[in-house]
Amino acid sequence: MSRHTVNVTVNGEVVSEEVEARMLLVHFIREVLDLTGTHIGCDTSNCGACTVLLNGRAVKSCTIFAAQVDGGTIETIEALAVDGKLHPLQEGFWEKHGLQCGYCTPGMIMSAKHLLDKNPNPTEEEIRWGISGNLCRCTGYNKIVEAIQYAAEKIEQGDSAEEVSA
Amino acid sequence: MIPGSFDYHAPTTLDDAVALLTEHGGDAKILAGGHSLIPAMRFRLAVPDVLIDINRIPDLEYIREEDGHLVIGGLTRESALEESSLVQEKYPLLADTAKVIADPLVRNLATVGGNLAHADPANDHPATMLAYGASVVAHGPNGARTIAIDDFFVDLFATALERSEILTEIRIPTPPTGSANAGGAYLKMERKVGDYAVSAVAVQLVMDGDTVVSARLGLTNVNPVPMRAIAAEAELIGKELNDEVLEAVGRAAAAECDPSADLRGSVEYKRDLTRVLTKRVIRKAVERAKGGDS
Ligand SMILES: Cc1cc2nc3c(=O)[nH]c(=O)nc-3n(C[C@H](O)[C@H](O)[C@H](O)COP(=O)(O)OP(=O)(O)OC[C@H]3O[C@@H](n4cnc5c(N)ncnc54)[C@H](O)[C@@H]3O)c2cc1C
Ligand code: FES
Ligand code: FES
Repeated sequence: MSRHTVNVTVNGEVVSEEVEARMLLVHFIREVLDLTGTHIGCDTSNCGACTVLLNGRAVKSCTIFAAQVDGGTIETIEALAVDGKLHPLQEGFWEKHGLQCGYCTPGMIMSAKHLLDKNPNPTEEEIRWGISGNLCRCTGYNKIVEAIQYAAEKIEQGDSAEEVSA
Repeated sequence: MIPGSFDYHAPTTLDDAVALLTEHGGDAKILAGGHSLIPAMRFRLAVPDVLIDINRIPDLEYIREEDGHLVIGGLTRESALEESSLVQEKYPLLADTAKVIADPLVRNLATVGGNLAHADPANDHPATMLAYGASVVAHGPNGARTIAIDDFFVDLFATALERSEILTEIRIPTPPTGSANAGGAYLKMERKVGDYAVSAVAVQLVMDGDTVVSARLGLTNVNPVPMRAIAAEAELIGKELNDEVLEAVGRAAAAECDPSADLRGSVEYKRDLTRVLTKRVIRKAVERAKGGDS
């Protein structure tokens, strides 16, 4: 059983920790770094509650070992709000009632973030496709789609507002 | 659940990876996308003593055309196939397949090489590569060798790869263009997004007018080993396409597969679904062949 030093940038901060080879990234994030916004919803790599961005791509953090991300960059739900101001996606979920119990929400938002980073103006179908790796047992998804549409519009307006003020 | 403990190596060259595999023999497993292996390790269905992570070996992720083939690096992610305009434009059977493998999160890490090397009859790429008549390149202590896909799947979860070999490349013959009308398609019935197939059928064919000049068919998750539907191909090749021929092809595929009953359906249901999917996928491939895209 080998142990490994993991140097990784998490939400903009460089961390260095020694871990057992078999430690899953989701346990590293939750138990070593104490970032409990990333959830665990299954044992079968099916639910997407554990979704984080690894080097900019949405992945299931329960299906990768922490040792594998050495040298990489991780973004979790905790990175989104800046100085207490919600990210447009978080605001969208709030405004459009994109959550009920909230268990799926952090993973859903990280998947949506990857989608909007790639494709800032997705169609409804592209949104549904983009979040199809994330299960929600409460909402029936419609409100989640609306929340992501809200965020896409908000981000676009924000960008043009910045251009105007610049 | 927590996997059993193991020693982890992350070599940065192919030679180092092969040397590690040779040294540890049957105790070691390659870790690629991890999306079949890690779930199995979490259930302790797999308890390797050593993991050899090949993700740090450069130059194993690529998609390009070369010598009349589409060549795909063994570590290429499913999402890269989805995003490749070359694949979307010229290899619709492969594009169809990549789109229905698992879900977008899985596809960001899962690899094409891993999908084949795992030899899970439920995986989607085996049928597709059988239909394309692809080959794979394996790197071992004595260098590289090429294995025809027809010789690759030898048993449930077992391939022609030696223990010390790494699958480094997949080679798909570029479908003929010009006067020959090539077409391909993949059709999968799944219970929900992200699930393995109840049944799925891959076809790649060449048409001359309404006559099928050549065709290969692959079936997913209706046999213990990924399989080509050879009896169905025989019903199709050289025939002028009509409803009767299609029905005969579908029936042949349903008869020659060997599904098992499980939560996804009974044996009878899976056979009949295979019959229907075979007919539908051939129609789609023929439409594409006539529409001019390969
Ligand atoms: C929720 C979920 C749903 C899924 N649904 C589907 C689906 O619908 N269709 C589908 O096809 N797949 C599906 N998969 C499986 C997924 O596509 C796997 O990623 C794939 O089967 C294996 O690829 P990998 O790169 O993850 O390989 P790994 O899990 O890393 O490895 C799998 C096996 O192959 C060996 N191996 C890997 N790469 C090589 C190589 N280059 N050379 C030699 N041996 C190698 C490993 O040692 C291991 O034994 C699903 C997975 C999950 C978690
Ligand atoms: S916890 Fe369910 S997919 Fe990761
Ligand atoms: S809000 Fe409860 S699972 Fe999605």
